Amino acid sequence: MFESAISTMGPELLLAGAALLGVLIGAALGDRFNSLSFRFGALVLIGAGVLSITYWQGGTAFGGLATTSPFASFAKTVSYFSAAIALLMADGFLKRSNTHRYEYPLLVMLASLGIGVTLSANDFMTLYLGVETLSLSSYVLAAFHRDSARSAEAGLKYFVLGALASGILLYGISLVYGFAGSTRYEEIAAASPELGLLFGMVLIIVGLAFKVSAAPMHVWTPDVYEGSPSPVVAFFATAPKMASMVVFALIMFRAFPQAEAVQNWQVIIGIIAAASMLIGAIGALIQTNLKRLLGYSSIANMGYALVALAAGAEYGAAALLMFMTAYVIASLGLFGGVLCMHREGGMVENINELSGLVRRRPALTLALSVLIISVAGFPLAFGFLGKLFVFEAGLNAGLLPLIILLVISSVIGFGYYLRLIMIMWVNEPVEDFEPVDGWVTGTVYLTAMASVGLFIFVSPVSELANRAAASLLS
Amino acid sequence: MSFPILTAVTFLPLAGAVLIMLIQSLTAGRDEPGGNENRVLYAGLVFSLATFVLSIVMLFAFDTDTPGYQLVEEVDWFAGIKYRMGIDGMSLLLILLTTLLTPISLIASIGSVKHRLTEYVVCFLVLETFMIGVFCALDLVLFYVFFEAGLIPMFIIIGVWGGQHRIYASFKFFLYTLLGSLFMLAAVVYMYLTAGTSDIVALETFEFDPSAQTWLWLAFFASFAVKLPMWPVHTWLPDAHVQAPTAGSVLLAGILLKLGGYGFLRFSLPMFPDASLAFQPMVFVISVIAIVYASLVAWRQTDMKKLIAYSSVAHMGFVTLGIFSFTEIGIQGAIFQMISHGLISGALFLIVGVVYDRTHTREISAYGGLVERMPIYASLFMLFTMANVGLPGTSGFVGEILTMAGAFQASTWAAAVAALGVIFSAVYMLTLYRRTVFGPISNPTIASLQDANVKELICIVPLAVGTIVLGIMPNLVFNVTEGPSLRILRLISGGAGV
Repeated sequence: MFESAISTMGPELLLAGAALLGVLIGAALGDRFNSLSFRFGALVLIGAGVLSITYWQGGTAFGGLATTSPFASFAKTVSYFSAAIALLMADGFLKRSNTHRYEYPLLVMLASLGIGVTLSANDFMTLYLGVETLSLSSYVLAAFHRDSARSAEAGLKYFVLGALASGILLYGISLVYGFAGSTRYEEIAAASPELGLLFGMVLIIVGLAFKVSAAPMHVWTPDVYEGSPSPVVAFFATAPKMASMVVFALIMFRAFPQAEAVQNWQVIIGIIAAASMLIGAIGALIQTNLKRLLGYSSIANMGYALVALAAGAEYGAAALLMFMTAYVIASLGLFGGVLCMHREGGMVENINELSGLVRRRPALTLALSVLIISVAGFPLAFGFLGKLFVFEAGLNAGLLPLIILLVISSVIGFGYYLRLIMIMWVNEPVEDFEPVDGWVTGTVYLTAMASVGLFIFVSPVSELANRAAASLLS
Repeated sequence: MSFPILTAVTFLPLAGAVLIMLIQSLTAGRDEPGGNENRVLYAGLVFSLATFVLSIVMLFAFDTDTPGYQLVEEVDWFAGIKYRMGIDGMSLLLILLTTLLTPISLIASIGSVKHRLTEYVVCFLVLETFMIGVFCALDLVLFYVFFEAGLIPMFIIIGVWGGQHRIYASFKFFLYTLLGSLFMLAAVVYMYLTAGTSDIVALETFEFDPSAQTWLWLAFFASFAVKLPMWPVHTWLPDAHVQAPTAGSVLLAGILLKLGGYGFLRFSLPMFPDASLAFQPMVFVISVIAIVYASLVAWRQTDMKKLIAYSSVAHMGFVTLGIFSFTEIGIQGAIFQMISHGLISGALFLIVGVVYDRTHTREISAYGGLVERMPIYASLFMLFTMANVGLPGTSGFVGEILTMAGAFQASTWAAAVAALGVIFSAVYMLTLYRRTVFGPISNPTIASLQDANVKELICIVPLAVGTIVLGIMPNLVFNVTEGPSLRILRLISGGAGV
């Protein structure tokens, strides 16, 4: 029994234990733990990532409340590693802004614990536990810069809207429970389709769409991205996005796999995807704050990922993993770029601050350009292959209208990605940024190299994603 | 395993770009002001010339008697998609054109481009890699990657070193082309899913069902028609040309426009024969409109570069006319016309660049009487004016007569109207020539101009030689393109089960 618990939720047990240990150490050492805590947290997260690779095949534990498939393990691995990188990038930033406290890594660890629990959930009760662990930690993280009114506002907005979404999700779960008689995924899948079940499913979709910030439940994203401290956004934009999207897919594929239900959710998710793509692309066009711009860009990208989700388990699962991995890698680097924008004791966020960056920092500019190209889904970077897989999934499932919308919104999206490239390469240079610590610049270079490297040597990753996706079907 | 010559030709410029970038960033700060800033241009030139030499080696390795693809290289990429390179006669010529025009455009930049030379050279070398890659790719996805990737260096070339409205022009260029290409990407994925392979050779013989062909053809058409460009999606071209620096215009007109024609011949015709036949009337109408309309618009231009840009649109109309005539002479003529237009329009942009560098204006009305100060220049200008009009003895003549002969077999009316375009081209080119070269010198700055210098002659003379040699001995090209043309026709008649 113990063994199955380890193989199913080993990384999560490690995270939970380490987070509790961290609280104890923090209580004993006080502020002396601050500088050590970031390394400690990153180490634990990397350990969790390694554990998810070790127990790739997963298993079932806790009387069926938790199941881990390779599909979930894939998402766990990417999430934990990206959380670790986001944490390391936060170190220097928080030191400068006088919020360098050991609670930060603990909260990131707890949020990651929530991520792992949602990914391993095989029951809506487990899912809800995970979702709330993730959300509550995230609300605090958003408001972590507690002397800043903007940060507090972001935290409050995130909390109020997030709580509403959790409520809707919970209401959906209760309806499903009422009509299916169970909260276990496979038992809901076996229940006879009824109108009430459909209602419950729709409410669950609404709650999950909020978590992945898909339109029309996206409104919080730009505000929270703008207000929260930048390293927190680097975390929000990567690990939880990856996990929520995969959880979304897991629930749809495993709890609602009957043909009739699939037909229903395919339409709903298709509409959400279409709205996200267009609203994200058009919304980003008029932004001048880089973080808001990246917020809208993430909405559009979630729309693309939802196209893969709408394509269904058979065609879309591998594409979803590939696309999200590419997106997470590029986003980490781009937020590293945001963290580089530090000048005269404060952060600057206007896109025009990047003016003529190429003359001051040619290597950094090149790396950022590669990342922008990747997130835009243009050839020569991993993001292109992600989009290619989404195309393939959509066409395979016969979602032609969505593919056409994807094309159109990609072209619109290029409007602002190109504007960023233009600002960096063409405009007259402004004052240089102050140097930042090696973790941040290192992340930018590393993710840029990974984006190109995985474009050329993609086949191991795509094989892995294919096998992970195949595990869903068997 | 034999030496991968195609990979070498394709990636040598890229390697050069990376090397130049590394050396420049390592030696940054050690530059004394007033040092020889052009050395990075010379370094780029060395790499592009080495590529040219390597492409000549490739020419000798090429066997003209084999009709299919040669020098094939293959490495697995992912999910059955391969890194597969290979060339036939058509791609061979276009690669040679690319490796010839890139060093020429770098030479033309010496002295006329003054800021941010490292990035400039890097962009040109990277662009060269992508352009050669497009012509070598034998895998649909690989083709798409090269096809799209070329947009970025061109975007930066126009955006950084362009004229006054360069930002607008570069965005327009990029987004126009991108919209077309993304539809093509959807079609590429669909083909990969239906046929189970993205190998171009296998797809040539795969029979898509007729209704799918129609949509696939239209998706490819969206991309190639913008690239070529065909009327009415040509409007990005005059903007891009006018704003681009001289060397950028040379490559844009010389190579990038040819990607459209190349795409039609490589994909649309062999892979969707039924749809190609069905859309023939539409393409003919559009081509004829392009020829007549663009010629008339060219006539009314006051900006020299814009005039040449519109004349490019008209000449590309002949290319599509020839391609969609489905005759051997039509297709051979279209390939010939692409090569010939690459030389002629490249040279014409260089010729405009020569006087632009001296006077900093492209307004036709600011010139007049150039012949008195610049006799050598005027004679070269004359040669290319005549070549653009299609004077016998120049390569322009061969391309036009063959494409029209091909079109004549398919549709008398189309050929007859297209012939009007030949007359119009004489009208606008000769008007341009008369107003800039002849007449009294009205503008005082003209009176103090120097004739074309050695650097400019080095750029233009090879193109002049090429134009005349191909005009007199067109068989040099036809020997190479005969195989591919016949092969395309065989694939069409094999596929269109009539």
